[in-house]
Amino acid sequence: MRSSDQASRLSLLQAAWVVARRDFKAILFSRAFFFFLLGPLFPIIVGGLAGGIGGQVQRETLVNTVALAMSAENNAAILQAREVATETMAGIPEFEAVESEGDEDLSAEEILTRSNYAVVVTGDLERPILTGPHVQIHRWEGAVSLLAAMANGSAPTEFPAIEERPLASSAAAERSDRIKTAQAGQLLLFLLMMLLAGMVLSNLVEEKANKVIEVLAAAIPMDAVFLGKLFAMLGVSFVGIAVWGAFGGAIFALAGDAVPDMPEPALGWPLFVLLGVAYFAMGYLLLGSLFLTIGGMATTVREVQTLSMPVTMAQLLVFFLAAYSMTSPGTPLELFAAAFPLSSPFAMLARAAQSPEIWPHLVALVWQGICVAIFIKAGATLFRRRVMKSGKGGRAVKGHVGGAASA
Amino acid sequence: MSPNSQDYNRPLAIEARGLVKRFDDTLAVDGVDISVPEGAIYGILGPNGAGKTTTLRMLLGIIDPDEGVRRVFGHDRPHEIAKWIGYLPEERGLYPAMKCDDAIAFMGALRGLPLDEGKKRGRELMENHGLGHAIDRQIRQLSKGMAQTVQLLGTLVHRPKLVVFDEPFSGLDAINQGKLEVMIRDLAKEGTTVIFSTHVIHHAERLCNDVAIIAGGRVPYAGSVDAARDRIPAQVRLETRNADGEWRSALPEDARHDAKEGSGHFWYFPIPEGGIEALLKRLIDGEAGILSLSIERAGLHDAFVEIAGEAAARALEDDAAEDVR
Repeated sequence: MRSSDQASRLSLLQAAWVVARRDFKAILFSRAFFFFLLGPLFPIIVGGLAGGIGGQVQRETLVNTVALAMSAENNAAILQAREVATETMAGIPEFEAVESEGDEDLSAEEILTRSNYAVVVTGDLERPILTGPHVQIHRWEGAVSLLAAMANGSAPTEFPAIEERPLASSAAAERSDRIKTAQAGQLLLFLLMMLLAGMVLSNLVEEKANKVIEVLAAAIPMDAVFLGKLFAMLGVSFVGIAVWGAFGGAIFALAGDAVPDMPEPALGWPLFVLLGVAYFAMGYLLLGSLFLTIGGMATTVREVQTLSMPVTMAQLLVFFLAAYSMTSPGTPLELFAAAFPLSSPFAMLARAAQSPEIWPHLVALVWQGICVAIFIKAGATLFRRRVMKSGKGGRAVKGHVGGAASA
Repeated sequence: MSPNSQDYNRPLAIEARGLVKRFDDTLAVDGVDISVPEGAIYGILGPNGAGKTTTLRMLLGIIDPDEGVRRVFGHDRPHEIAKWIGYLPEERGLYPAMKCDDAIAFMGALRGLPLDEGKKRGRELMENHGLGHAIDRQIRQLSKGMAQTVQLLGTLVHRPKLVVFDEPFSGLDAINQGKLEVMIRDLAKEGTTVIFSTHVIHHAERLCNDVAIIAGGRVPYAGSVDAARDRIPAQVRLETRNADGEWRSALPEDARHDAKEGSGHFWYFPIPEGGIEALLKRLIDGEAGILSLSIERAGLHDAFVEIAGEAAARALEDDAAEDVR
């Protein structure tokens, strides 16, 4: 009664697959998965509240500086008029005279593309021309008209007509809009992770409670057990996302124009979504391997519940770090958030919304993959050392055991 | 070939030298040496907490030793030959929601058996072991004994060359213990190496070719059951009608005497130097009135007391009594 198989063990991935297949089926047909599907309802409420805070951040990032690209005399006159006006009036924007680059006179559109202004004022004091996004023009045309009139020495009651040249977007508007996309991406990522964290934490408790863990540990390496469990949960989450996506798609289809358009991310929608999936997978694997290890140390569901609070707080901290750093791209804080393994997926997804460069994402994904491998290895090693300690026996006889002998 | 004889020409299924394992400040296993020939039935005998489970876990690669080496079929890393090994841990466990045949197939799959094949074999094994009616039941719907049998079948479904049982008789009733003994013997007949740990001496004595006696994390004896028993000289048990006479000089001075009302006088002593025939002649000539005479070989229990000490033997008896309760 012997096996005639040539290969005498499963590879790491084959072993992980055996565990993943069992876990995936077990979770998918469990009540826990039903509650998992309902899960987004609660974070959506929390997300709404968080969105309010995010809106405030976005409002603060709106640009309030108007570029002056008239003649030097007219620019100076406007700036002089502004000084006078601000003594008595509130709500006057900042004005900044734009210098020509060398001999080249920049057009209003070029100024908006290269710099971070709300609108650009060209023309002259009699006929100022405002160039910029429609919203910004309407926001500042009154102030510009008033200052032009003051600079021109006209009576404040006679305002010159202003010619409007609206643009679809500007660098400032695009940045502002893309922050919305980045925020939405990060929030979605965070909510998904929140949903999965509890399930991952309690994942190994089932094996320990059912005493199956030793059967697994004897047959395959613990790395494979960890890997299998993580990928099973990832698979389950993709099923969940597909279900939520179908519902979301149906709502969008029914709501039609009532649903606001999201600003297009810098990398474009297809690549952004692809990176979103990749960062979700990496973020989940990173946090999951950590939580699996922490949860593996627990012996009961109660212990897991006790662990849940600090784990959730840690998740929030990581999310806040990434969310905060998103508003200041290129700063050391943002680079730290992008490099720190647990916040990296969040920070890099925000980058994908705001920056068109692809190579940082390739580097980040490789780095995150390395970190996943390290986390899983460390977690499995710790689990073997700390958990697989002893049998049922508790009373050792440490007295005299006689001389060792062998027949 | 008696169950307790050993073929020393066979290659070793397991070889361990100087295994040491510490858990924090506790020295769980302290320099264990074990050699298990292929095809043997090998027992690891000792009280609870002696280090049996830790030793088995090290042999199986579940945990690594702090010191020492282990080789299973010549491999330093037992996971490399996982397909050749079956393991039934002391704390039995299956996924409660799984159906029996799925559970057996899953255990086989962990050892490299394709799922479909595992399911097919699982159904056959269950039929052969009188559990055909429960094939489609969930584990949670089985009695404890049935669930243990299912796990046992899962341990064997991939047809391993080496089967390791940790306290396999624990929790089984007498009938199922008997069935398990038969199964172990059948496995050995088919060439499978069987190692099991136990704190019940008679299981080891009845089944094993070789034993390792373990106590306090150390193995004071590893070898054949026969050799262990032979460490204690065989005892002569003599029953005489007369209490005294010239024949008494034929008995050693320290011979133990026990008189029972309504029967003869009992004498216990080692075989004298002159041998049993000379003793018999002197007893007959001296008119001792022999009612019976037998040579009693020491049992494994006596050997355990001699080797591991009284304290370990008492612990072993307590554990066995705990099982019965």
